[in-house]
Amino acid sequence: MNFETIIGLEVHVELKTKSKIFSPSVNAFGSEPNTNVSPIELGYPGTLPVLNEEAVNFAMKAAMALNCEIATDTKFDRKNYFYPDNPKAYQISQFDQPIGEHGWIEIEVNGKKKKIGITRLHLEEDAGKLTHGDDGYSYVDFNRQGTPLIEIVSEPDMRTPEEAYAYLEKLKNIIQYTGVSDVKMQEGSLRCDANISLRPIGQEEFGTKTELKNLNSFNFVQKGLEYEEKRQEKVLLSGGEILQETRRYDEKTKETILMRVKEGSDDYRYFPEPDLIPLYIDEEWKERIRAEIPELPDARRERYVKELGLSEYDANVLTSSKEMADFFEEAVGHGADVKQASNWLMGEVSAYMNKHLKELHDLAITPEALASMIKLIEDGTISSKIAKKVFSELVEKGGDPEKIVKEKGLVQISDPEQLKEIVNKVLDENEQSIIDFKAGKGKALGFLVGQIMKASKGQANPPMANKILKEEIEKR
Amino acid sequence: MSLFDHSIKELEGKLHNKEITVQDLVEESYKRIKEVDGEVHAFLTLDEENARRQAKELDESPDTSASLFGMPQGIKDNIVTKGLRTTCASQFLDNFHDPLYDATVIQKLANEKPITIGKLNMDEFAMGSSNENSSYTPTRNPWNTDHVPGGSSGGSAAAVAAGEVLYSLGSDTGGSIRQPAAFCGVVGMKPTYGRVSRFGLVAFASSLDQIGPITRSVEDNARVLEVIAGHDKMDATSANVDVPKYTDALTNDVKGLKIAVPKEYLAEGVNPEVKEAVMNALNVYESLGATWEEVSLPHSKYAVATYYILSSSEASANLARFDGVRYGVRTENADNMIDMFKNSRSEGFGQEVKRRIMLGTFALSSGYYDAYYKKAQKVRTLIKNDFDKIFEEYDVVIGPTTPTPAFKVGEKIDDPLTMYANDILTIPVNLAGVPGISIPCGFSNEGLPIGLQVIGKHFDESTVYRTAHAFEQATDFHTKRPQLGGSN
Amino acid sequence: MADISKEQVKHVAHLARLAVTEEEVEQLTKDLGAIIDYAEQLNELDTENVEPTTHVLEMKNVMRKDEARQWITQEEALKNAPDKKDGQFRVPSILTE
Repeated sequence: MNFETIIGLEVHVELKTKSKIFSPSVNAFGSEPNTNVSPIELGYPGTLPVLNEEAVNFAMKAAMALNCEIATDTKFDRKNYFYPDNPKAYQISQFDQPIGEHGWIEIEVNGKKKKIGITRLHLEEDAGKLTHGDDGYSYVDFNRQGTPLIEIVSEPDMRTPEEAYAYLEKLKNIIQYTGVSDVKMQEGSLRCDANISLRPIGQEEFGTKTELKNLNSFNFVQKGLEYEEKRQEKVLLSGGEILQETRRYDEKTKETILMRVKEGSDDYRYFPEPDLIPLYIDEEWKERIRAEIPELPDARRERYVKELGLSEYDANVLTSSKEMADFFEEAVGHGADVKQASNWLMGEVSAYMNKHLKELHDLAITPEALASMIKLIEDGTISSKIAKKVFSELVEKGGDPEKIVKEKGLVQISDPEQLKEIVNKVLDENEQSIIDFKAGKGKALGFLVGQIMKASKGQANPPMANKILKEEIEKR
Repeated sequence: MSLFDHSIKELEGKLHNKEITVQDLVEESYKRIKEVDGEVHAFLTLDEENARRQAKELDESPDTSASLFGMPQGIKDNIVTKGLRTTCASQFLDNFHDPLYDATVIQKLANEKPITIGKLNMDEFAMGSSNENSSYTPTRNPWNTDHVPGGSSGGSAAAVAAGEVLYSLGSDTGGSIRQPAAFCGVVGMKPTYGRVSRFGLVAFASSLDQIGPITRSVEDNARVLEVIAGHDKMDATSANVDVPKYTDALTNDVKGLKIAVPKEYLAEGVNPEVKEAVMNALNVYESLGATWEEVSLPHSKYAVATYYILSSSEASANLARFDGVRYGVRTENADNMIDMFKNSRSEGFGQEVKRRIMLGTFALSSGYYDAYYKKAQKVRTLIKNDFDKIFEEYDVVIGPTTPTPAFKVGEKIDDPLTMYANDILTIPVNLAGVPGISIPCGFSNEGLPIGLQVIGKHFDESTVYRTAHAFEQATDFHTKRPQLGGSN
Repeated sequence: MADISKEQVKHVAHLARLAVTEEEVEQLTKDLGAIIDYAEQLNELDTENVEPTTHVLEMKNVMRKDEARQWITQEEALKNAPDKKDGQFRVPSILTE
């Protein structure tokens, strides 16, 4: 029997407002435990929530970027459950009137485009953080409590773990463009749970699904789903039954491991939050937020191909982060050649970032400096080889490329007389190479060029040096 | 005669003329507490050292202009006070010595320089109508200590009636200010929902709770509400509506006032003595130039059921935070998380609190939400509409505050439904969110006070005060004092 | 539907995280049954076209500006904690349930 895989994803994204969603405490990652808290985060008796307007704006922005319809009437509800990291024993969330519904994003896998539906996007508060000591106790830090969170629930539209991976990449990309979140999985500002089930091809109703939790990277989401796909298939083929379970992916054994079997559905006893006033989002408010959404990655990519003449591949890489795309456009704005700017960003700049595990804003180079360096290459002031030296200076210390070139004496030698002198000196020292060349060994020319570059400390203008070498060698 | 037989205005004059000092007022409080609180049990925590220090500071202060300057006040123990133990009369919070912050009402009061004498007894987490649900020694009625003072703000009403403080704050979710005020013969106001910030009031039922003053006179009451009312950015449900000067409304003029008297409020179940006192009050109003007519609030009889579903549901969530993780008493009898939660809560909560948490959890649980919680929310709309309709034609609604005078200790404690029914005349006011006051309007043959309830339109506390004040000035019920501790 | 069983009472007690003895279950079954019976009177009313009331005042969009402030210290945050260690609240392990 052949099966079809059905995957749906639930993604939680923390919003980077200055303060918490329901209190004025600082919203920040990585602080000392229990320092970004107030009696409100601690669920002290008598405290009340007051909604942060910016959290609503951010949620709307994300929802709009994901093509959701924005609710006109929306409200908050209490979701009741006891857990040590849930200080009120209810989470303020949205139940039947989420802020966004009926969205979609387009993914591309193996050259095929596909729309993935988004069922809903709602706004809620994050919980504190519970860790397990090796002393038999658990520990709670409430710094994360009250961080504004959006939950994005996809339709069960994905059919392969690869599609799930592509969906997450795309979702992250879009949210990052809107600027409402850092979307960093390693800091937990983006978290993902996956639902997966199998059904015989041709069958309409869904099979029993399992839920994968604690997935720490997109890669593990894909790996976990791949494992789970095979596991479920095996169970079904051997006549077994899939149970409604929560499982986690173990990074070491590369297996999914049972956490708990769900018995019936959880009873969260949702009811409207009496401490918060309902929201009415009129057209004017919606339009104000819509106007703040920057050009999104798909639109940019298309523009780079159609208007700037970049290849699909280059456009894709450049728009993979907003920071990169913004840097690129700014460099071009300062007069850099489009293709050169793209090559430098995808080449040297990316290589440097990967090597040093840094992000674009950590580097000292500015888009203006990159543009000015590219211009120096184009007008022949420096060779591409010298440019690499200039670049390492720029990326570490910053500064003005023209000044660096002058101060370090890196200007290219393009004076024919000066070059002739160097060429003849090299020829004098390498008589065997002249013989080899005349005997038809083309390689000898390459060696001589190398020697000329060495003798000129890399500053000889390569095309001119080539030309003069050929002229001088003929004379001998 | 006690200093507290004077109004705030009179005491202000005496302080100004240096006839008395703030320290005199504070000593009057503690002296009286020593005399009678062994019988009354109004206080859970005293703040003597601070109070005396503050009194001394105020006596040395050149500026005495604050509107409650030096006045000794008591605070119901479900209103949080920074650095001062706040227990809600629950064993769960027995060790809650510092709630870390002051409720908004406490901050607002502090601006006007009163002196906090201590924290007042109540039914645990404000759930009860008799104070018998206090997990400490329940408060007794100063008029007859065999009787209950009412609840849940029983300590707040008894302390004022017994002359232990000049005024107090209570909270009212289904009658918890007005009912004990009626039982103890004092003035208790539940303002419009949203009028007074709930920030720092330990929530029982968030959509119904309001803080209000309990005083010996309408004038004092208006004066305290002026201080604590107003919009608060820390409470999203607090209304951004201007606060009038309530004391300016006390014109003694009710000519042409249109009074509605719901027939349901004088129906069977209402004690004849109470009925008679209310009818006498209506005669007084007529003599003052007001008119009254009988009307109907047809959904009144559904108010108690509606209230118990809604308030218990909200309470089941509001009291879930008492889990033994961050504050309060944690059980010593648990080695895993679930048992820690269950045992801490079961050891910390009393029977009535557990009963209501159970009822609320049930009403919200899967399969029952629509039948109970949502149904009750809809009936709430009908009850609110009843009032809206009456207030299209009338200025105030008047009736008794309670069907009977204070009942005996132990009389109703074993039958929750009978106990709940006692609140039938106060609950509709909370459901509709309108303001209501209870003022003394007579005494039973046994010598127990009877309360008259005056209910007004949303945010029209001024008319409620004017109506209550005119009656008070025309009668002398508010000048009567209970005989306690051999003095007075 | 007014009847409530002991099993239901136990389930509700678990949801509410209340430990109840058999005796208490007995009493609660009786008490809740009576209150729920009493609440049945609400079904006399036709509320099909009635909107539920959550907020008695008609207000919309009450929000605060996104401004952060420090309020309490770590020491204060932990002041009333029944058990704490190294700046954190300590609880029985959740792994041994």
